[in-house]
Amino acid sequence: MTKVVYQGRSYERLGDETVLRCLLRNDVRAPYSCESGACQSCTMQATKGAIPSNAQEDLKETQKSLGYFKPCVCKPAGDIEVVALDDAHKQKQQLTVAEKSFLNDEILRLRLSCDEPFKYHAGQFVNLFKDDLIRSYSLASLPDSESVLELHVKRVPKGVVSNWLCDDVQVGDPLSVAGPMGECFYHKTENEDGLLAVGTGSGLAPLWGIIRDALTQGFDKPIILCHGGVTPELLYYVDELRELERMHDNFSYYPCVSTGDESDLPKGFSFGFPNDVAFSKQPALSKWQVFLCGHPDMVSNSKRKAFLLGASLKNIHADPFLAASPA
Amino acid sequence: MSQSVYEKIGGDAAVNAAIDLFYRKVLADDRINGFFEGTDMDKQAAKQKAFLTMALGGPNNYTGEDMRKGHAHLVEKGLNDSHFDTVMEHLGATLKELGVADDLIGEAAAIAESTRNDVLGK
Repeated sequence: MTKVVYQGRSYERLGDETVLRCLLRNDVRAPYSCESGACQSCTMQATKGAIPSNAQEDLKETQKSLGYFKPCVCKPAGDIEVVALDDAHKQKQQLTVAEKSFLNDEILRLRLSCDEPFKYHAGQFVNLFKDDLIRSYSLASLPDSESVLELHVKRVPKGVVSNWLCDDVQVGDPLSVAGPMGECFYHKTENEDGLLAVGTGSGLAPLWGIIRDALTQGFDKPIILCHGGVTPELLYYVDELRELERMHDNFSYYPCVSTGDESDLPKGFSFGFPNDVAFSKQPALSKWQVFLCGHPDMVSNSKRKAFLLGASLKNIHADPFLAASPA
Repeated sequence: MSQSVYEKIGGDAAVNAAIDLFYRKVLADDRINGFFEGTDMDKQAAKQKAFLTMALGGPNNYTGEDMRKGHAHLVEKGLNDSHFDTVMEHLGATLKELGVADDLIGEAAAIAESTRNDVLGK
């Protein structure tokens, strides 16, 4: 008899039953629908134990690498430990504020140091806690070469957490953080022709990590980044990205500005929304990996557009930055 | 028991190859893409996959009742036979593009056709 440990509680699997059936029999409230491995609504994450390959079939490569699987078709040979995907509190730990600096009028760069190693993929996000409030921030740093975690915090008008981070939190203060979470990161696959990254505002944070991660892993196909802001002043890391462009022939960077007069734009800036600029630079996307981060409308419109331009759904990685509901 | 179309064309792997093609045709078609406004594309693709799997005679747990409930809000918005015909057209074109033989496409179309009344709430 094998065991399934779900959210820390142990359940015996009876005979030939699937992980999902075992949990449902024990009154665990797990979401599910088709029970045939198609709809993916029951997907969970395995943290320990071997998952049979059929239970991961047709998931994204990024999801497979995180241990995601479909419990409705999973009959593991041994014991496994699993967690729900939306467990906001998983692996909560204390980090220390190591550095605070403003990248422009509305974006704060927060660097956090950790006593224990914090394993993550560049581009994933963490949940940050202020008392009972939880906010998600993407990781802009590289896990292997940078010892601090870097977050880009956009100051939201009346935002309780962002204003607290911008104004009150001091270097040396402890912060409660859980994670990493999310599937928006670079995972090397066969037969890829390029990487298209589109971000608005602090949506640059995951992209700054993902692009440098891909380059570090030796990705030598074209990489295109279009970063958008309402005015040139709202863009940031412009010099750093131009430097990265100078160092890597396969990387092209387009800072995009969406308002004002096109003729007033400083040299080197593109006029328009970053997604429009991106799809005009690269209108054929089969075999391209596409990363979309930032404003939810931009992300959902671009997802559809990228798919229609030939990108496989499995290769479209989206990270919509949803505003927190008012506290 | 005779093999289903699903088994004959290569099972789950074949459906995975078909899903992007099929869903892209559906989303690009102005006659029907309005019904997909505002839906989550990944969830939608998973549903399309469940539909394709069923149409091909593969493993599924969908009942007529599920089909009815799942499309009721679209019927309210005007989903009718012409839209169903359009989806059938894309199903056939997708399988043809993948090199599936005509008689197997016919079998798949017949299964998909059998859901018409439930989908349209008749």
